[in-house]
Amino acid sequence: MQLSAARGQRAVEERVLSPFRRTLLALCIIAAPALGGVLPEDRADVMWHNYNGGDITVEGPAVLVQKKAGDSLSFSAGYYEDMISSASIDVKLSASPYHEVRKQENVGVEYLHGKTTYSMGYIHSKEPDYIANTTFYSISQDMFGDLTTVTIGYRRAWDQIFRDIKQPDGTIINDPTFHERADHRGYSLSISQILTRNLIADFNYELLTDQGYLANPYRKIRYLSPGQGEGFTLADQVYPNTRTSNAASVQLKEYLPWHASVAGSYRFFRDTWGVVAHTVEADYTYPWGHWTFDGMVRWYTQTHADFYSDLFPYANYQNFMARDRELATFTDWTFGAAASYQFHVPGAPWISKSTANARFDHLLIDYKDFRNALLASEYGAGNEPLYKLNANIFQIFVSIWF
Amino acid sequence: MSSRQTRLTRAVMTAAALLALAGCTAPTPWVKPYEREHFADPIMSFNRDPISSTYLDHALETREGAHGGTGAVGGGCGCN
Repeated sequence: MQLSAARGQRAVEERVLSPFRRTLLALCIIAAPALGGVLPEDRADVMWHNYNGGDITVEGPAVLVQKKAGDSLSFSAGYYEDMISSASIDVKLSASPYHEVRKQENVGVEYLHGKTTYSMGYIHSKEPDYIANTTFYSISQDMFGDLTTVTIGYRRAWDQIFRDIKQPDGTIINDPTFHERADHRGYSLSISQILTRNLIADFNYELLTDQGYLANPYRKIRYLSPGQGEGFTLADQVYPNTRTSNAASVQLKEYLPWHASVAGSYRFFRDTWGVVAHTVEADYTYPWGHWTFDGMVRWYTQTHADFYSDLFPYANYQNFMARDRELATFTDWTFGAAASYQFHVPGAPWISKSTANARFDHLLIDYKDFRNALLASEYGAGNEPLYKLNANIFQIFVSIWF
Repeated sequence: MSSRQTRLTRAVMTAAALLALAGCTAPTPWVKPYEREHFADPIMSFNRDPISSTYLDHALETREGAHGGTGAVGGGCGCN
């Protein structure tokens, strides 16, 4: 009884804020409005993109418009399209080559009040077998004489996953027996810090949680079955229904005396599936007359998920089994180059600046434990050569400021 | 609440209050406003062309296991 009474007394004390906490809370509330941003420039971009690699071609248009309304509001709207033709190694192993279109629309708004910027937005993505809706919110605050900007953000996404099947007459429909969902949440903290008159740093941290159907419904695992076919049998993947990830990055950018900039970044990633990844990137930007040139080198490496295997020893080997190569062990390199030309649009005085831009990136992925199963009959299951992916990524876009 | 939790709560609240107050009682900026002209140059932006960086992030992220932590918000993509 005495113990219960003591607990009750402590509960009452916890509900009522102490003078110390009330003072701190009041100070926080008073200080908050005094803290503070810059809205995005009024600009429009029209782009054509093309990805080609691993017998997959993805190309399409993209448009992004950002426009201020008064001194405090800025709106953005975008459209993006992927036209996909795929006969990838996964498709050849366990599905059929396909063509499909993914369309994405996004809208956003930013409100600037003093040195505080409030942002929110919505993204809708739809393809025949996947619908995703994402909302995001953030608050940015300039402080310490505008040397520091702190941003906290939250995003939430709701996905619906379907699986396409081909009917006897050749038409493709959603499998009426398959309709799954997945929810994603992200909590982020970013700090942008001016360090010297030539050096700026960006720190980002994000906690992500995924829940629901997280596998790819088309891809299969394979397990050894000596004496049968090519020595392996395909079976459905089984993923955990939850995933929690932590990602943290730091970027530094330095202004160079000959009017150029160099940047370096590092990102660390770890999730509850056992994937640990490191990303290192270096960028160099050099303006020359009306031109601006960019060069980029990016290195990425990751370990495989705990439940990943290229070839399981037997059926139902463990409770979770995956063979998605995004969960394999691999290293990749990306080399990029871009050129931008600033030009004047005659007869359009409302356009203050315009650029024509081209960018090319080459991606090389070197898988350490994902083999080319299509060659099993030649080499034997489990002895096939490791798979490598080479891809070219092109972008051409025009931007105008108004 | 244990004394350890109480100390931790006080420390976090004190840090939050000091951080908030720092905006109006900030130390003198060591880089003066007139010394920041380089940061107004587009080549010093971490995201000079959002349409391009968003696309490239998406193209790489769909082929890698890691995601997030870059300050960007991507849309949904099944990428089946």
